[in-house]
Amino acid sequence: MASPSYHRFDTLSLHAGQQPDAATGARATPIYQTTSFVFRDSDTAAALFNAERAGHVYSRISNPTNAVLEERISALEGGVGAICTASGQAAMHLAIATILDCGSHIVSSRSLYGGSHNLLAYTMPRFGIETTFVDPRDPDAFKKAIRPETKLLFGEILGNPGLEVLNVDAVAEVAHQAGLPLLVDSTFATPYLCRPFDHGADLVFHSATKFLGGHGVAIGGLLVDSGQFDWEASGRFPTLTEPYPGFHNMDFVEEYGPAAFIMRARKEGARDFGACMSPTTAFHILQGIETLPLRMQRHMDNTRKVVAFLDSNDAVEWVTYPELPSHPDHALARVLLPRGCGAVFSFGLKGGRPAGRRFIEQVRIFSHLANVGDAKSLVIHPASTTHHRMDAAALRAAGIDEGTIRLSVGLEDADDLLADLEQAIKASQRVAASESSR
Amino acid sequence: MILTVDDQPAYVYTGARDFEPQRDPIVFVHGGGLDHTVWLLQSRYFAHHGHGVLALDLPAHGKSAGEPIGSIEQMADWTIRLMDAAGVDSATLIGHSMGALVVHELAARYPQRVRRAVLIAVTVPMPVGEALLSAARADSHDAFDMINIWGHGARAGVGGNQAPGMWMMGCGVRLLERSAPGVLYSDLNACDAYRNGLESTGRIACPVTVILGREDRMSPVKAARPMLESLPDARVTVLEDCGHMIMAERPGELLDILIDALGAAR
Repeated sequence: MASPSYHRFDTLSLHAGQQPDAATGARATPIYQTTSFVFRDSDTAAALFNAERAGHVYSRISNPTNAVLEERISALEGGVGAICTASGQAAMHLAIATILDCGSHIVSSRSLYGGSHNLLAYTMPRFGIETTFVDPRDPDAFKKAIRPETKLLFGEILGNPGLEVLNVDAVAEVAHQAGLPLLVDSTFATPYLCRPFDHGADLVFHSATKFLGGHGVAIGGLLVDSGQFDWEASGRFPTLTEPYPGFHNMDFVEEYGPAAFIMRARKEGARDFGACMSPTTAFHILQGIETLPLRMQRHMDNTRKVVAFLDSNDAVEWVTYPELPSHPDHALARVLLPRGCGAVFSFGLKGGRPAGRRFIEQVRIFSHLANVGDAKSLVIHPASTTHHRMDAAALRAAGIDEGTIRLSVGLEDADDLLADLEQAIKASQRVAASESSR
Repeated sequence: MILTVDDQPAYVYTGARDFEPQRDPIVFVHGGGLDHTVWLLQSRYFAHHGHGVLALDLPAHGKSAGEPIGSIEQMADWTIRLMDAAGVDSATLIGHSMGALVVHELAARYPQRVRRAVLIAVTVPMPVGEALLSAARADSHDAFDMINIWGHGARAGVGGNQAPGMWMMGCGVRLLERSAPGVLYSDLNACDAYRNGLESTGRIACPVTVILGREDRMSPVKAARPMLESLPDARVTVLEDCGHMIMAERPGELLDILIDALGAAR
């Protein structure tokens, strides 16, 4: 018998989770735009409600189109299962709400997307869940911040805004020594650049709005369970190891074994919190994932050219990108992200806030907006937009300076991107010179 | 539910209902390196449809303590002692792969204890290739991958799980990874050593249902023929587009066949 092999990444990107439609033979994944599903008979209906049969009941809980996307991301990440959510933020909340309670505590990287920081720093405390923020470059800081009530460690694989690379292996080891799971936001990496489960992470979520979709037409999130964490041995997770009165006293570890977390997330979280994804959105995200390997490689090719161009430009004070030897996490990135460090990064323009503002107004191909991970190149100047109320000192505290520009490099011809950047930089420097001569 | 068998804790999943031995009991026996969770849907269904259900964990599997049992014959004897501990005089026995060999041997040895036997994904004998045995002997992850890949049909390798959002190949390998060192090798070796199993086939007197997967590369349909020839009255179903992991690959169809088989036994 020949050596066995699993289907590989590019094949799974196109096929995982989907068979030609049984009713019609449709090759593409149909959009099952329906709220609910007709029961074969009353016994089947009862069996579906009581987890005696597998299948769909109501699209808030599960839907055939969404299920294809859930299987596909599970296959690409190397997990046991996943849940589609209304957004990346909903996926993060679902992860937290499935295993934490009032009085629980999280240890998190402090280098986070603003929305995630808001959720942990301001919103979850209203529900009795506190977070300690630590330096993502210091696994020992995670360890020191763990308390008896800690239930979760969390970080982004590429931090915001400094692209701090989370040492997933080291932080996972800290988590597991304490009997805790590690949750990773892998939005910037996608499974094409890194599979956090291979490095010890236990749960992963994505804002599928970004690179997974890649087209900027749909908001969505995905929460994936590795099936690797031993909830019972930990002894800290009664939502998974004790009877749940909300679902026939189900003990999720007893009944689902490695899939306990994701089943609880569906049977409770999808049902009760209800932050579900539209089947049409799932279809859009699936169209994106079909070309994920090709797009991510092109993102990387273009990003490397843009980084090299900016790094050698006299009007650019600094470029933060882990593939550059100057980045503090360069060595770690080569191990964790050998295919590349994503297509989102920041650079500093000479001339401060006026130069940054002019640069933003002058670009013609890059679109000025608050998103990343689109097929089209995007740009934002935090000091004049998202952080415009901050003075220079407050910006520095947030890891931003007045000339910081964040790019999300898209799939256009790289020479056109470089030309666009060059003319915008020249314009910005004319403003800077004019400001300094006053 | 925890029973005591041979002075060791033995875990049985009872389908989320209290076990009552007088409710037409069913005993589910899992395959090599696996545990009771493979029977989740089927055990829940029958527990809520008039049966007392015991989905057991063999020693050293799942939540049961002890050392792995080294032969199919001894596993059959152990299962009888578990039935004794649960107060079960006779039952329907349903087994998958190695568990089907256990049910097969038990039905031959203890005909008065078996009302009906359901054998899923099984051949008698069930020789195990040296490559797999060798990898399992070394506790290599390759053994899990071989079983996971060869154990699922081509369809399952792509997906389309009836259980929404669950990736069969991921679930399969994670469950195998939970088996303690040495357990999978012991199980595979026991299957391989059951070379004289056909002698037992002829002694089976109870009604038998056999369920096979057309694409099963671990228990090929062709290799099941000698056993089937010795079970001329067996009800045989071969599921198309299905491999060895029938509970995961075709849970709905499997449940329908089991409902039909148990109905026919009444």
